[in-house]
Amino acid sequence: MDFSFSESQKKFRQEVRSFLEHEIKEGLWEPRCDAWIQGYNPEFTKRVAQKGWIGLTWPREYGGQGRNHIDRLILTEEMLRYGAPAACHWFPDRQIGSSILKYGSEEQKREFLPKIMRGEMYVGLGMSETETGSDLASLRTRAVEQDDCFVINGQKTWTSGGRFMNYVSLWARTDTNAPKHRGISEFIIPIDLPGISRIPMIDITGTEAWNDVFFDNVRVPKKYMIGEKNKGFYQVVEQLAYERSGMERLMGNYPLFDALIKFVNETKYNGKPLAQDAVIRHKLAELQVEFEVGRLLIYKVFITMDEGRVPTVEAAMAKAHATAFEQRLANIAMEILGPYGLLWAGSKYTPFGSIAARSYLASKGYSLQAGSTEILKNIIATRGLGLPVNQ
Amino acid sequence: MDLSLSEEQEMLKKAARDFVSEKCPKSFVKQMEQDEKGYSPELWEEMASLGWLGLVFPEKYGGGGMSFLDLSVLLEEMGYACLPAPFLATVVLGGLSIMDIGSEEQKEQYQPKIASGKLILSLALIEPAMEYGPGAIAVEATRDGDSYVISGTKLFVPYANCCDCLLCVTRTSKQKEGITIFIVDTKSSGIKCTVLNTMAHDKLCEVVFDHVRVPKESILGQLDQGWPEVQKIVERGDAAKCCELVGNFQWTLEDTIAYAKERQQFGRPIGSFQALQHYCADIYTYVEGAKLSAYQAAWMLSEGLPCTKEIAVTKLWISEVSSRIFNLAHQIHGAMGVTMEHDLHFYTTRAKSVEFSYGGDNYYREATAKAMGLA
Repeated sequence: MDFSFSESQKKFRQEVRSFLEHEIKEGLWEPRCDAWIQGYNPEFTKRVAQKGWIGLTWPREYGGQGRNHIDRLILTEEMLRYGAPAACHWFPDRQIGSSILKYGSEEQKREFLPKIMRGEMYVGLGMSETETGSDLASLRTRAVEQDDCFVINGQKTWTSGGRFMNYVSLWARTDTNAPKHRGISEFIIPIDLPGISRIPMIDITGTEAWNDVFFDNVRVPKKYMIGEKNKGFYQVVEQLAYERSGMERLMGNYPLFDALIKFVNETKYNGKPLAQDAVIRHKLAELQVEFEVGRLLIYKVFITMDEGRVPTVEAAMAKAHATAFEQRLANIAMEILGPYGLLWAGSKYTPFGSIAARSYLASKGYSLQAGSTEILKNIIATRGLGLPVNQ
Repeated sequence: MDLSLSEEQEMLKKAARDFVSEKCPKSFVKQMEQDEKGYSPELWEEMASLGWLGLVFPEKYGGGGMSFLDLSVLLEEMGYACLPAPFLATVVLGGLSIMDIGSEEQKEQYQPKIASGKLILSLALIEPAMEYGPGAIAVEATRDGDSYVISGTKLFVPYANCCDCLLCVTRTSKQKEGITIFIVDTKSSGIKCTVLNTMAHDKLCEVVFDHVRVPKESILGQLDQGWPEVQKIVERGDAAKCCELVGNFQWTLEDTIAYAKERQQFGRPIGSFQALQHYCADIYTYVEGAKLSAYQAAWMLSEGLPCTKEIAVTKLWISEVSSRIFNLAHQIHGAMGVTMEHDLHFYTTRAKSVEFSYGGDNYYREATAKAMGLA
């Protein structure tokens, strides 16, 4: 057993920090909550790409760095700590690349991986539909084989990054007669094909967080199908473990945690810092405990990946724990700020750029996206503990 | 990073599991709850001959030269079986403290005896005021020639009823931190020990010191400078207690899941109902977090790294999830779980007792607050 980081990992963490601190100092961007999923900044992504930090774990023969998952966790942990605008490359770096590596053809690997690593491929996730949420296998978007193409018709929703994606990763039904899990295929599609349109969806904070994406007789060349036909559901189940496993589930709002600690240290009430109020102090200490345990659960996920296993149960545990932490963090921040917490940016009374209000509202979605807490607990119970599966 | 046990640790774990399964059935735990001593001297001797009592002491003092992490593997298995014995008190609170701050003479005097099972130790720290901090220590040790005279009352002293020596935390100066630790022979005149009837029957005692005379050579560590050492003793003790609790939680998880799979209602196992599945998933997640956190603290102690924060996180998380785990485990077990016929109560009561040893949650909240940079 060894809970320490290697010297090279410590050095790497320091290198990432210096890079990000330099970026902030230069005024290239400001730290923000949820910047990993909403911080659209192609220039930043290009600079990260130049450092070789996209595709860190991918094999060297495809231009990756061949490093382990803990290294990537260190990188993402620091990106999140500094609230860096990494949304352009987050999805392809986190899950699309590994899916292509595992299921893609040689030609697909040569086409897509370098593009992702150059920071030029922004991929939206086309999983959910209006009638398809937790029950992903029930999706209805059709892909019908015709000559050298699949013709796609249907609608996807809750597509994060849909506004700026130039590719969409899509799951569509290719066999309507097969049982629902066995008739789905996976595609990666350039967004500029004729017949694709998108409209914004505004989330509870007023942000364009997602898009509805419509497919109207879109002819997709067959070379864009990833993996085996009709095996797309089984491929995505694995991808979901990667999607929900990361530090972004715990640290998406780290700038708020940071600002809150600073606030209670600097704000005085009856001549004493708020941090010395026993109730506030204890609540924040308990938050820190929950945070530290979440961090360990997430490290466990990445160690499992380094051991070559799919972290299905580990990721479910980590995300269920971490999103509950994020909701508690936002709640406590609002409690401490009182009515000031209600203010949006722009008022002279607004505390630290209204990130508490934003996180409080946005965090309602954390326990829904990428597998609702209920689905996660089903997975822990059935896959982790062997309890009977309910259909 | 590597979260797996070494081959040697796996072997130790298996040997420990086999040993406690054979020697410590629940009938034995129950018997020891009613027993005056609260442990079996025969079993204690067997543990000594297995090398467990000296496991973490250097070989030159008759020990096995192994690490705190190795010890934590044992503690976990003892927690799994609810093994009633003054093991943690003797080895961790007593033995490791002497190892850490004792003089060479003291180490030579005590460690081989502990390792061979001839000496049982414990820590007398808490007092009736139930506060944690140097200011709360009122038991006084007054200098008289070449001796000190100790007077006052200590509470919740584990296994004081069967101890040979107590590490007694006393006030030797009016200054707040004027604290000194003494190694007190329990056969000294003026000591009166009463076993407190706790919910886990785990032999927590009241020890009254009535003008107990001890030679000045029995000071452990420095005169008047004992508080930082007390903190280290307490933190190490809590890390050990947490490892024990991880075993307790693991048993509770396994037992609860087995019951959920086996118990039928409405023609199906109750573990097929989603509400109960989510309870089970929660317990599993709490246990995993507790385990990772406790192992991290044990590993850091083994490496000699500063780990007040990690111990604090472990202790606070384990206290928090302990009540959640047992609420859920009892809910799943239904009414059988709240009877004496079922074994769950052994675990419920012992887990509750851990929440109050040795530092207390406020101490650890404060340690966490400091570590996270609160003013």
